Amino acid sequence: MMEPAAYLLLSGILFGIGVVGVVARKNALIILMSVEIMLNGVNVAFIAVGSHLGDVTGSVFAFMVMTVAAAEAAVGLAILIAIYRLKETIDITELNVLKW
Amino acid sequence: MFLGNLESLKYFLPELAITATILLLVAAHVASKNRRSAAPALLSLAGVGASLLLVGLLPGGPGTSLFEGMVALDGFAVFFKALTALATIVVVAMSMDSAELKDKSQAEYYIFLLSVLLGMFLLAAATDIVMLYLSLELVSIPSYLLAGYLKGRARSTEASMKYVVYGATASGVMIYGFSLLFGLTGTTHIGEIGRGLALGKATLPMFLAAAMVTVGFGYKIAAVPFHMWSPDVYEGAPTPVTAFLSVGPKAAGFAVLVRFFYTVFATPDAAAGMWKFSSVDWPLLFAVLSAVTMTVGNLVAINQKNVKRLLAYSSIAHAGYMLMGFVLLTPVGLRAILFYLVVYLFMNLGAFYVVILVANGTRSEEISDYSGLGSRAPFAAVALSVFLFALTGIPPFSGFIGKVYLFAEVINRGVYWLAVVAALNSVVSLYYYARIVKVMFLEDPRESAVLPVPAFPRAMLCLLVLPTLVLGVYWEPVIRVAADSVKLLAF
Repeated sequence: MMEPAAYLLLSGILFGIGVVGVVARKNALIILMSVEIMLNGVNVAFIAVGSHLGDVTGSVFAFMVMTVAAAEAAVGLAILIAIYRLKETIDITELNVLKW
Repeated sequence: MFLGNLESLKYFLPELAITATILLLVAAHVASKNRRSAAPALLSLAGVGASLLLVGLLPGGPGTSLFEGMVALDGFAVFFKALTALATIVVVAMSMDSAELKDKSQAEYYIFLLSVLLGMFLLAAATDIVMLYLSLELVSIPSYLLAGYLKGRARSTEASMKYVVYGATASGVMIYGFSLLFGLTGTTHIGEIGRGLALGKATLPMFLAAAMVTVGFGYKIAAVPFHMWSPDVYEGAPTPVTAFLSVGPKAAGFAVLVRFFYTVFATPDAAAGMWKFSSVDWPLLFAVLSAVTMTVGNLVAINQKNVKRLLAYSSIAHAGYMLMGFVLLTPVGLRAILFYLVVYLFMNLGAFYVVILVANGTRSEEISDYSGLGSRAPFAAVALSVFLFALTGIPPFSGFIGKVYLFAEVINRGVYWLAVVAALNSVVSLYYYARIVKVMFLEDPRESAVLPVPAFPRAMLCLLVLPTLVLGVYWEPVIRVAADSVKLLAF
C-alpha cells in the first residue's frame, strides 16, 4: 500500500513531455521517441495504481504496453529507414508530396 | 461466471482458422522461391472463406465472456466478424487484380492483411481494456506496413510515416485514458468499469478519460478532428489497401466504439428498451462530432482532383452519417449503423475496385483522366456510376435505404438539427459524386483506346453491383439480421 498521488503526477508529467515532443519536434526519430515517453508515462500510472490496489493487473498491463511499444518502434523505425533512403532526411516537414 | 481458457477454444474457431492461415503463409513465404506466385492469395482466400463459414456456423455462444472475460461472443461480434471477413475476401480479390502490387512480395502482403483481420475480429469482441488495446494495435501496426507497401514510392512511404505518427500518438492518448479508468475503478473488465463509474462521483477524471478514449476510437473511424491522417494515407497507400482501410478497420472501429461506450458510459434501461448515459453527457458531444465530421468530409471533398483522395473525404463523411445512429442510444439506431455498414461495404469497395481497374490501364488516379471512360470502358464506367450514386444516397440504390434508416431514427428521437445538417450534406455530396459521372460520360476522351476489363474483375464487379442494386429494393433480410445483431452482451 503506497500513496499513488506522486507517481500519478510523475506519469502526467511524462505523458505531457511526450505530447509536447510529438507536437513540437520536426525530427521523425524524436517524434517516435516522444511517443515512447508517452507510453512510459502510461506505464507509470498503471503500475502505481496497480500497486496501490495490490492488484497485479496494472503491472501486467504495463508489460503489454511495453511489448506493443517495442513492436510499434520496430515498424516505425523500419518506415523511417525507408523514408531516409528515399529523401536523405527524416524531417517530417519535408514530407509534402501528399497535401490538400 | 466467465468461461475458462480451454472451454473457450471451441468458440474461437474462426480466429484460430485465420491464425493457422497466417502461419501457413509464413511457412509458404520461407519455403517458396517465387515471391510473385498467386498461391498466397488463393491460400488467404481459402483461409478467410473457411473462417467466414465458421463464423456463420457458430451458435450464439455460451452467453458469457470467453477467456476469463477477455472477449465476448454475442450477435454483435458475430455480425462484425462476418462483415470484416467479407470485406477481406473482396480486398484479396482486388489485390490479385492490382498492377501496383504485382511486383511486390505476395505472401508478406497477405500476412499483414490477415493479421489486420484477426485484430478486427478481436476488436469487435473485446470486453477487457487489455484485450481492447492489444487488438487495436494488432489492427494498426500491420496497417502501417500495408500503407507503405510500395516501398520505393515517395507517396506510399510518406503515407505510412504519417500513419505511424498519428496512430501511435492516438493510441498513446487512448491508453492514458484507460489508465485513468483503471485508476478510478480498479478493474480492466469493461462491464465492471461501467458499474464502478456509475457509483463514482469523480466527474473531471471521468470526463478526461472519456475524451482520451474518444481520441483513440475517433482516429480508427476517422472522425473529425482525428481524421487528419486519413486523406494522406488513403491517397498514398496502394489502392486495395485504401479500400480495405476505408471499410474494415472503420467497421471494427465502430464496433469497439459502440461496445465500449454503451457498456462503460451507459447502462441498459430495460423499461424504455434503450440505453441511458451515465456520468458524462457524451451523446451530445458525439452528435456535434458527427455533424462536424460529415460537413468537413463533404466540403473538402468538393475540391479534390485525385479520386482516391476524394473517396477518402467521402468515407470521412460517411463515418459522420453513421455516428448519427451512435448518439441516439437506441437499438434502432444501432441497427441503422449495422445496416449502413453492410451497404457501405459493397458500394465503397465497388468504387475502389473500378479505381484499381482504371489505374491498371491508365496509370493515373486523377479525375481528369476519367474523361470519356463511358466510351473507353463502358462496363466499368456504368458500375462506378452505380456505386457513386449509391454513395450519394439516391433511390433506388442501396445507399438510399441505409440513409433512410439513419435519418428516420434521428427524426424519431427529435434530434432535428442533426437530421437537417445530414440532409444538407447529402446534397453537397451529390455535387462531387456526380462530377465524376459527368467527366466519365459527357467529356471527350483524351485517348480513344479501349480500356480492357478482364473477365475475373468483371465478374467481381457484377458481384458488388448486384447487392448495391438489390439492397435498394429488397433489404428486408439484411435489416432483420442487423436487428438480431444489436443484442450486446450485458455484464
